[in-house]
This record gives sequence, C-alpha cells and structure tokens, in this order.
Amino acid sequence: MAMVQPRSTKYRVLASHLGMLGFIAIILFPLLMVISISFRSGNFASGSLLPENPSLEHWYLALGIPYTGEDGTITQPPFPVLLWLWNSIKIAVVSAVLILALSTTSAYAFARMRFAGKGFVLKSMLIFQMFPPVLSLVALYALFDKIGNHVSWLGLNTHGAVIVASLGGMALHIWTIKGYFDSIDRSLEEAAIVDGATTWQAFRYILLPLSVPILVVVFILAFIMTIMEYPMASVLLVDTDKLTLAVGAQQYLYEQNYLWGDFAAAAVLSGLPITLIFLYCQKWIVGGLTAGGVKG
Amino acid sequence: MIRMILKWGALAALVAMALYLILALYAQREIVFAMLFLVLTASAVFVFVHKKLYAHRYIFPAVAGMGLFVIFPLMYTVGIGFTNYSASNLLSFEQVQENLLDRTYQSDSIRYNYGLYDTGEGYVIYLEGKHQDLVTPPLKLDGSEAEVPVLPASRKPAGEPLSMRDIIQLRSELSGIDLLTEDGRELSMASLRSFAAIRDQFTLHDNGSITNNQTDVTYFPDHETGFYRSADGETLSPGWTVNIGWDNYLKVVSDPSIRGPFFEIFVWTLSFAVATVVFTLALGLLLANLLQWDQIRGKGFYRTMLILPYAVPAFISILVFKGLFNQNFGEINLVLEGLFGIRPDWFSDPALARTMILIVNTWLGYPYMMLLTMGLLQAIPRDLYEASAMDGAGPVNNLFNVTLPLIIKPLMPLLIASFAFNFNNFVLIALLTGGAPDIIGASTPAGTTDLLVSYTYRIAFQDSGQNFGLAAAIATAIFLVVGALSLINLKLSKVKV
Repeated sequence: MAMVQPRSTKYRVLASHLGMLGFIAIILFPLLMVISISFRSGNFASGSLLPENPSLEHWYLALGIPYTGEDGTITQPPFPVLLWLWNSIKIAVVSAVLILALSTTSAYAFARMRFAGKGFVLKSMLIFQMFPPVLSLVALYALFDKIGNHVSWLGLNTHGAVIVASLGGMALHIWTIKGYFDSIDRSLEEAAIVDGATTWQAFRYILLPLSVPILVVVFILAFIMTIMEYPMASVLLVDTDKLTLAVGAQQYLYEQNYLWGDFAAAAVLSGLPITLIFLYCQKWIVGGLTAGGVKG
Repeated sequence: MIRMILKWGALAALVAMALYLILALYAQREIVFAMLFLVLTASAVFVFVHKKLYAHRYIFPAVAGMGLFVIFPLMYTVGIGFTNYSASNLLSFEQVQENLLDRTYQSDSIRYNYGLYDTGEGYVIYLEGKHQDLVTPPLKLDGSEAEVPVLPASRKPAGEPLSMRDIIQLRSELSGIDLLTEDGRELSMASLRSFAAIRDQFTLHDNGSITNNQTDVTYFPDHETGFYRSADGETLSPGWTVNIGWDNYLKVVSDPSIRGPFFEIFVWTLSFAVATVVFTLALGLLLANLLQWDQIRGKGFYRTMLILPYAVPAFISILVFKGLFNQNFGEINLVLEGLFGIRPDWFSDPALARTMILIVNTWLGYPYMMLLTMGLLQAIPRDLYEASAMDGAGPVNNLFNVTLPLIIKPLMPLLIASFAFNFNNFVLIALLTGGAPDIIGASTPAGTTDLLVSYTYRIAFQDSGQNFGLAAAIATAIFLVVGALSLINLKLSKVKV
C-alpha cells in the first residue's frame, strides 16, 4: 500500500468502480442480448432484455428437434448445428493431438540438443508464423486438389485436409513448449543418460512427466485455435454436412434467409462450452500467448 | 530386433506411398507438386537413415509441416502472381489440347431417322439410311447398355414402331447408348427422331495448330496469352496457364478500375490496423491501470467480466454483432431509435460501416491488450509511483512520465504483431460486412470496408473470373509488408535461441 494518499482518493475509487461497472454493462450488452433473443419466439421479435413470453422454439431447432408451434405448424431445423459442432470438435481434437505430439518432440530437440541450423530454423519459424494462411489459400487449394486426386481422404472437401493444413501453425506451440523445457533443470536427464538411458528414454520418462501442465495448455490452445479457424476451412470444405461450426454459422444470417433467433440459440449452445474452457484456462493461455504472439 | 523391423517397415511403407504419389503426380504433368513431394520424401529418408542427424529426426515432422503448408504455399503464390492462372486459364497446355481433341460433334451429313420396336425379346432400334438401313439386336433399354453394335438390315421388324410418347419416356436410356457400325463409325441420338454420326471436333496438325472439322477454321496456339487463336483473332476456351511476367503488377498500377479501389483499400487497411492498435491499447491500458490500483476491490470479478469478449469465439461474436447492427431488425438500431430517433445505415454507408468495424474490433481486441499491459505493469517498481506522488504528480503525469516510458520497449514487438494481425484480419471483414458497401466503378469485387486480404480472397474465390493470378500478385505485395514487419519484430524483441 502506498503511503502517500491524496485526499481525493475516495472519490476517485468510487468513480473507477462506477466507470468499470458501466463499461462492463456496455461490453456485456451483446452477449446478454443474444441469450435473450434465443428465448424469443420468431426470428424478427423485438422486446426487452427479459423476454415477456419465453419460448424454447430456437433451442429445439438448435438441438436438431423439429418444433411444433402453438398453431400446429411444424418447423424443421434449418441447419445441422450439432453435426457442425461435432465436425469442429473432431477436427480440433485430432489436430490438437497431432500438433502436441509433433511440437513436443521438436521442442525437445530445440531445447536440449545441439545441431546444425538450430538458430536459423527457430528464427525462420517465428518469421513465417506471421504470414496468415489466408494469403496463400490459392496455393493450399491447389495443393489439396492435386493430392486429393490420388489420396482421396486428403482431398478437397475432406476433414483430413483441414486437419493436415492446421499442422502449418505449429511454430507458436513449439516456442511455448521450448520455453517451458528451458526452465526445467536438465541435470535429471543428464543423470539418467549417464546411467545408460537413451536420449529418447530421458525425454519420455523424465522430461515429459515433468511437463504435463504446459502440454495441457498447448493442447487446449491448439484445440481452440483449430475450432476458430475460418479461412482455410471455408475454402476446403463445401458440403453442408461437412462444414465446421465456424464456417456454417454464418449461413444463418444471409440477407435472403435471415434466421436471427435460430442463430442466437445455436451461438449460445456452441459458444458457451468454448467460452467456459477458455475462462477456466485463461491464466495459462495468456502466459503462452504473451510469449508467442496473437490469438488467431 | 522386432523394433528394427517395425521401424524399417514403417519407413519403407511411407516411402512406397510417397513414391506412388510422386509418380502419379508426375504422370499427370504436375511437375511442381511431384518435385515438392520428391524433395520432402528424400529429405525424410536422409534424416531418418543418417546416424549423425539424430537431432533432426525430432524436428523433421514440424519443419516438414511448415515447409509443406506455409513456405511452399507462399512461394507457389508468388509464382502464380506472374501467371494468368484464372478461371479461363486453369489448365496446362497439354490438358487443354487433350480437352479440345476429346471433343466431338454430331455431323449432319450422316443422319438416320429411326423407329423403336418392341419385339418379344426386347426393344429393337431400326435406322433408315439413304443407302443402307441398320438394326440393333434386341435391347433391354434399362440403362445398362452403353455401346451396341448395329448390323446392316433390309427389312423393318414386324409390328408398328412405338409412339412418340413411349420414345420420350425412354429418352434418357436411348441417349445413353452409342451405336457402333461395322465400318467403325459411332452413332448417337441426335434428336427424338434421329441418330447421327459422332465425329472429332478438332484435328491436330504436325505444326501444333488444330482445325475445327465443323467450320474448317484453323487455330494456332498462342503461348503469349495462353489461348488457341484463329487468323481473325477468335480464341478457343479453355485457355492454359502461361507466364505473363509483371503484367498483374502493372495492371494494379495502370488499370484505373483496379488502381482506384486498390489504393482506397490499401489506405483503409493501414488506417484500420493503426486505429485498432491505438484504440485497443488505450482502452486496455486504462483498464489494466484501474485493475492494478490497490484501492480497487473485487479485482477477480472485474477481470473475468472484462476478459469475456476475448473468451467468446470470435466467429460467434462477430456474427452476433452482424445481427445486432442489422439496419431493420437489429437491437442497436431499436435502442438508437428509441433514444434519439435515428436509424443509421450501418451496412450501406461507407463511413458508418467503417465505424462499426472499428467498434466491433475494439470490443474484440481490448482484453488482449489489457492482459498484456497488466503483466508489464506488475514489473514496474511501486516506489516509482510513490516518488512521483511525493512530487505531486497526478494520474496523467504518472502515465506519460513513468508508466509509458517503462513499458513501451517490451510492448513494441507485441504491438507490431498486433498491427500485422489486424492488417490481415480476414475473419472480421469476411463475417461482418463481407467488404460491403461496394466501391463503385471497380472491375474486380472491391468494397469500402475490404482489407487487402479480403480483397484478394474475393478476387480469387468470389468473382466469377476467379483471377488467381491477380490475387496472388496482391498477396505477394502483402507478403512483403508482413515480412518486413516480422523482421523488425525479430530485431526489436532480441530473440535468444
């Protein structure tokens, strides 16, 4: 606590509290609004923040259940939201596992071994990490088109292509894990190697168990980044039942077919789990982000 | 021992798979891609066989992944920038030639009227020629027959031919079959009443020119523009991809219908990125300062609430804003109309659309800046502020004379990264406005809220012309900007490896 306090401090504290609460109210308005809208009936309803006649119409549709209105009309779900969510999760889990496995082994080499070109490779990774994949989409599209002619599960309109393409973004994770490995004392591994363990065994049985926290963080980070990836998935995936949530969600808000209420329910349903995971892990994620770059 | 067998077996299987892919690509004349995989496979084998390169085995998959999905696409894009690769010039010369030579047409000179008869064993097609009639064996006409021989005949089958109504019902089956005559001609259905001979549309000559057999016009391959061209300038579609040097870049500079929109978008991209960094930093720093203040209670609550915009997936919150800002049904306009009686056109007025984008992006981005500056503020020694308080400094003095000078150095690389990220903030534009409202008088799709990235994306994927070459040329220019930024960043952050 500072020893010198101006007299006006009390009012300044009060003003700060009021200012921040007001700011938070503005910030949260869109989020609260969308929750409220998901409970209003119809797609063009307006009203107060607390819906007067709450209806579960949009939630039924978001969960893929046809909704029967009061006048007996049956509305079919417009889009397979749960399927999109499942696609997203499937792609994100598989690529997060691959990214984790590959970046951990590379980070180990970068942290513990000496070899030719180490500094060069590490620095180039940092540089190339800043080039957004959206700029080379034409090339990526052509690449997967050509591969797909011979290896069908890696071609256009497959989840395999999206998973494999996400491996290009590993540099950030390699740097994060390498930073953590650097902070672990290497004497334990050296002792093991003196006792006859191979390099691989020292890595597998000594360093890895010590690094579980950072591995969890990198897994979650890679998972969230893949779930939110839009440009590549939007070009590589075509069929409605193959889309990821990030690509499919925008179809609710086309001018010709404006499903605001249905979108609201789908957005809350799919956004909430990701938001909660992020809030729960924010402490570690923020550490990793400030070390490496910007959220994608 | 078993491990050894497993290891070599896995390596051999992978190499075999890769070789298959390389050969297949090579056979299709995809030389660039065949070379890419050849280099990749060769370096994989080299790294995994060579004893001295043990450490490189660990990094190989990651480096190969980056090479394949970051560096190769980058170089390939730069290469496309020097070609006319687009919807009209998509194929290679050989593929175009093959495509044209595969074309056929039905010649009018050999045409048969026909009758369809339902004999007991099946349907029979009887063709009436000028000199010679032809007849098929009994057919099922269930879609399974593709090529059917026809034999000379002199007498019609017994009974009446089927009526036009029955023929219409069997039309798709009839048009699916080709009739092969004894002298090697191919006949197919030309109309409901007739079959006609199929002939090759083009004939290839030794000097590389091709002649249209139907019109007798000869076309010469023009490797400058990538089209077959006749003497009077008529071209054949499709064309093939050729190198056109700096033409795409010249077009950006000289063609007024591209130059105008390009510079407008470039200026907007720059101002958008700068404004975003300034706004998010100002807001984030202010909030971080408040959260650092000893006198404030409930920091955990504030922090979680303030971080929320960052925790919600961006593709969802951007779409939420798109709905809230909707001119007719959006809640923001309902509130504004209730309070002030105005209904701003957020999506059709350029200035308002840009304002909206900045509002949304500040909402999305300030938590990141807040988290960054909170970390940096913690590192500033407390007694500095006490000393300044002794001297009677207020909060503003503290900010400009103590806080900013101390955090600006570690903050700079992160600000540059944030600038580069927003310079290329494709997702925001694609999901919020899609670039709308459009710039008037542009020959390519261009909007007043488009960033350079979304502009290239639209040229390549949303325009009917799909001008990949032009898009790649603009992308190359952006690569240079990003590359320069990331080099500066590397210098500033003094990365140790």
